[in-house]
Amino acid sequence: MDLRLKTRLFTTIVVLANVLGNSLMSYGVRRHGGALGSSVFEYLQVMFNPYVAAGICLLIVWMLARMALLSWADLSYVLPVTSIGYVLTAVMGRVFLGEQVSARRWLGTVLIMAGTALVGSTAVRTHASPARVNLVETAG
Amino acid sequence: MKWILVGVIVTATVLCDALQTVGMRRHGEIQDFRPGALGRACAALARNGYVIVAVALMAVSFFTFLTLISLADLSFAVPATAASFVIETFVAKYFLKEQVAWRRWTGAALVACGVALLAL
Repeated sequence: MDLRLKTRLFTTIVVLANVLGNSLMSYGVRRHGGALGSSVFEYLQVMFNPYVAAGICLLIVWMLARMALLSWADLSYVLPVTSIGYVLTAVMGRVFLGEQVSARRWLGTVLIMAGTALVGSTAVRTHASPARVNLVETAG
Repeated sequence: MKWILVGVIVTATVLCDALQTVGMRRHGEIQDFRPGALGRACAALARNGYVIVAVALMAVSFFTFLTLISLADLSFAVPATAASFVIETFVAKYFLKEQVAWRRWTGAALVACGVALLAL
C-alpha cells in the first residue's frame, strides 16, 4: 500500500478512536459523579460503567493503530498530525458534554489546525528504516 | 493538584512515546494487514521489551488522566497534557534521529501555542 495513503488511513483511525474514546470516558466519569482518587475500588467501579468501558475499548483501538503508524512514520510527524484530535475534542466537549468553549480556546483550535496542516505537508518518514536501506541497496 | 497530575501525565507520555517508537522501529514496518499476520505482530510486540515498558507507562498516564478528568473539564485536561508535545519533538530530533526541518518546527510551535491558548 502507498505510504502516504496508508498513513492518512491510520491517522484517521487514530484521531477518531481517540476523540470518541475520550469523550465517552469523560461522559461516563461525569455520570459516575465526584472526583476519583480515594480508592482502587472506585476506579474498578467506574471502569464497569458502560460509557467508560466503551471508551476504553476505543482507546485500545487507538493504541494499536498508533503503534502501527509509528512502525513506519516519524514521531515528530505523528504527534502534530494527530493533534487535530484536540480540535475535535473541543467540539465534542461543546456539543455533547455542554462545556463552555471560549473565544480564546477557539483561537487555540485554529492555531492547532494550522500547525497540523503544515506538518502534514512534510515527509512521513525521515529516519532510515531497515526497509528503506534495503530498497536503496537493491536500486544501487 | 490539577497541575501535579498534568506533570505526571506529561512525564509518562514522553517516556512512553519515545520507547514505543524505538520498539516499533525495531519490530519493523507493519505491511501485512491480514488478521493472521496482525496476530503474529501482536504476539511479537508482547515480547518486545521497549513496547512492554511503553504500555506500562501508558497505563500510568491513563489512570492519572482518568483522575484528572474527574476533577477538571475535558477541554482543559486534553490540551494541558499536550505540553509533552514540545519535549517530544526535541526527543524525536536528538534521540530518535529524525530530521525536524523548519516546517515541522513551525507546525509543532503553532500546535504548542494553540494548546497553551486552550489551557489558559
